[in-house]
Amino acid sequence: MNPSPPAMAKSEILFTVNGDEKTVLAHPMERLLDVLRNGLKLTGTKEGCGEGECGSCSVLLDGMLVNSCLVPVAQASGANIVTIEGMSAHALMAPLQEAFLECGGAQCGICTPGMILAAVHLLDKNPQPAIADIREGLAGNLCRCTGYMQIFEAVAKAARRRVAA
Amino acid sequence: MAVHHIVGASVPRKEGWDKVTGAARYVDDVTLPDILYGATVRSNVPRGKIKSISFAPTVNWNEFILVTAKDIPGKNCIALILDDQPCLASETVNHSEEPILLLAHADPHKLRKAVEAVSIEYEPLPPVYTMEESEQQSTIIWGTDNTFKSYLVEKGDVDAVWKEAAHIVEGEYFTGAQEQLYIENNGVIAAYDTENGVTVWGSLQCPYYVHKALMALCGLPENKVRVVQMETGGAFGGKEEYPSMIAAHAALLAMKSGKPVKIIYDRMEDMVATTKRHPSRTRHRTAVTKDGRILGGEIEFTIDGGAYATLSSVVLSRGTIHAGGPYYWPSVRIRTKAVATNAPPHGAFRGFGAPQSLFAMERQMDRIAQVVGVSPVEIRRRNFLRPGQTTTTQQVIREQIDLHHLLDRALKLSDYAAKKKRFTQENKSSARKKGIGIAAFLHGAGFTGSGERYLNSLVGVEADAKGHVRVLVSSAEFGQGTNTVLCQIAAEALGLPYEGVAIAQPDTTVVPNSGPTVASRTAMIVGKLVQSAAKGIWQTLTKSGLPAGDYTPEEFRAACGKYIAVHGMLKSYSRYEAPGDVFWDDEKYRGEAYAAFAWAVYVAEVTVDLTAYTVTVDDFVAMQEVGKVLNPVLAAGQITGGVAQGIGFALYEKVVWQNGRMLNNQMTNYIMPTSVDLPPIRVFFEELGNVHGAHGAKGIGELPMDGPAPAILNAVEDAIGVRFCSIPLLPEDLFEALRVHSPEQAVSSPVRGTA
Repeated sequence: MNPSPPAMAKSEILFTVNGDEKTVLAHPMERLLDVLRNGLKLTGTKEGCGEGECGSCSVLLDGMLVNSCLVPVAQASGANIVTIEGMSAHALMAPLQEAFLECGGAQCGICTPGMILAAVHLLDKNPQPAIADIREGLAGNLCRCTGYMQIFEAVAKAARRRVAA
Repeated sequence: MAVHHIVGASVPRKEGWDKVTGAARYVDDVTLPDILYGATVRSNVPRGKIKSISFAPTVNWNEFILVTAKDIPGKNCIALILDDQPCLASETVNHSEEPILLLAHADPHKLRKAVEAVSIEYEPLPPVYTMEESEQQSTIIWGTDNTFKSYLVEKGDVDAVWKEAAHIVEGEYFTGAQEQLYIENNGVIAAYDTENGVTVWGSLQCPYYVHKALMALCGLPENKVRVVQMETGGAFGGKEEYPSMIAAHAALLAMKSGKPVKIIYDRMEDMVATTKRHPSRTRHRTAVTKDGRILGGEIEFTIDGGAYATLSSVVLSRGTIHAGGPYYWPSVRIRTKAVATNAPPHGAFRGFGAPQSLFAMERQMDRIAQVVGVSPVEIRRRNFLRPGQTTTTQQVIREQIDLHHLLDRALKLSDYAAKKKRFTQENKSSARKKGIGIAAFLHGAGFTGSGERYLNSLVGVEADAKGHVRVLVSSAEFGQGTNTVLCQIAAEALGLPYEGVAIAQPDTTVVPNSGPTVASRTAMIVGKLVQSAAKGIWQTLTKSGLPAGDYTPEEFRAACGKYIAVHGMLKSYSRYEAPGDVFWDDEKYRGEAYAAFAWAVYVAEVTVDLTAYTVTVDDFVAMQEVGKVLNPVLAAGQITGGVAQGIGFALYEKVVWQNGRMLNNQMTNYIMPTSVDLPPIRVFFEELGNVHGAHGAKGIGELPMDGPAPAILNAVEDAIGVRFCSIPLLPEDLFEALRVHSPEQAVSSPVRGTA
């Protein structure tokens, strides 16, 4: 459950989500995470901790990787937001998804959407990361299942494939 | 049948695509028309009598659904083993965060305010916080002696060995509570109507545990309770017993309101109120010969069960049986008990008692090595169990396990000897001391002793007229690969491609009770039943025209169509049959404790930084024998994940208690390993095979939890010569110990890192 937003009126907030312009009626302090999940039914973005530690709620906001549980929706006004559901056209998605499946990068799957977004964000900036870069790039996304090894392997594999393609 | 090699191949995870696209549906992703949100009002005292409950007038209580113990139609307990844990406390509370009252409302914000507007007054009762206080029995908080369960294992004449011993080695070891920290918190949705009864959709491991608990609580017959497992975002034992509690709460609110009710814990509630790994204390007194052979010993193992019995007796059992490690004990006496404290009940967590008692055993082995004057490697070689010898419960090792070979491989793969030599040299001139440590261990697969016999698991496989095959089990997927591995086994048995076999979502109206998804039993025991049920389909079809030899999927489809046209349906069931040669005596705690053991030797390399007081694991070799590896990628993932949790158990994850309540119930201050904290975890398998499992598979899921902590603490001692006997070992513990003892002088007194 979410922290109660202050008793202030709902207002209209406009932003772009996965390429579509959206207008939502929300308390300005409502968490972007809840607006995405409950209001817009984009449930691929997950809540793990509600305090910006686990990264399961990662989304891209104007190209930045953010924890949507820490973003008041008012702050997203006018922004361009991309969630896991809006990533399918991204050139990195198919190689990453395939590599995650082949290498065992997803186990329970709850951290996976956030992890994949973090990986996309990393590979966009650094197309051929060393393992140390991958570790650093994913350090904001916790995974309790894999011990991360197979995630590192998947990200490295996706990067190699993209270079080869 | 055509020759297939689906078993042993790294086929992709069945539900993998849904997980990498974000399409997988976890319980919080689902909503229903008219849904209400439920919340729990909990105790804020460790022990006391409830005097009064008051409701602040600032809230319009008419808008809320309110449930107390009086609203429970059946028995006010969470049915499990002893049925001592109430669903809602009515007169007394026995731990902080104990559920007392339930509220539901359509608006989650109003709900949160309402929870805060309930105040409960208590008449305090004296609490018990530690195992030691509980053992003193000056305050009795459970039963007549604060003891949930005790076991005694006896082998040979221990009392006779002390006078023969060249050395008597004593040690006392402690392990702390550990939070499972699945990334998806506990959550359920419940719905109720008079015709169908109660339905619960939830994040859970054991659909039939919840089913049993709801029948007792709601006073409903079997067919009026339905439990459906949703995609589950991690569990690790943490969703073994607790889902029965949260499902019970949601069901009561749904029954009272007539509307569907969703309860999703936030992280703080999940951490503060739900189960953790049992804290433990182990005392060893070991008699050894001059050359380091174990003559016998006494082991006392005590775990803190928290306020109610829940699963403590079973956790204790596994800890008891594993307490002697993979060694031959000519004689031994193992006394163990689970005691009550006024903390939330401790519960299932990967390893289930074994990581605790094995931590002690493997630290004790290094201690024995020091006393005898041989290396940690040599002390283990001299005491390893061999085929034909018996374990502490006098189980004859029938598997052709060669622990020396596992050890040799692990030493070679970790470059142990060369590193050991190099570190001794380099440590002299560096504030960053390096060390290397080993742990050898075993883990029994399946339920202990006669457990599988009582479970009496049933598994189904069905095919439709188009030849689509579906596996029917209550075994849940929560990341380990249940779906994938069971489909591989069925596909192989039927000579079909992996894609031709699906698995049903665990739903008690659809799947039979194949037992709980626990105890590393799914691949080995349920897998074997899936194999046999699938073969039943094949046998049926060969009688109605399927070629007895090779056939194509088209021929299989045609045969299914033909059979179903006549008989209407095609299903095959297989029930567990206990192997004839397995004997277990529950009274004497003697006999074949497990149908099979997995075996392992792990090697950890660490750096202890004497400036920053940190321990970093630099390299980790995990070498194990787990029988046939059914899916190498998934199996390796089980090991790396378990090792990561083991590293957390050893070095990061500390539950801070204050008056029986977890103080650091946030991911900000309860620290699990991140992607930058872990070493390369290098995984290696030996495959000996096992007659009791599908294709020779043994259990694998829990094994990797057992070895990392002792290997790491052994490595820390190797690096700095301080004998830590307690985990977690945090920088402040290191600081405190080194403040007292200079690292250059080997300290022989044990240091209890956590008080």
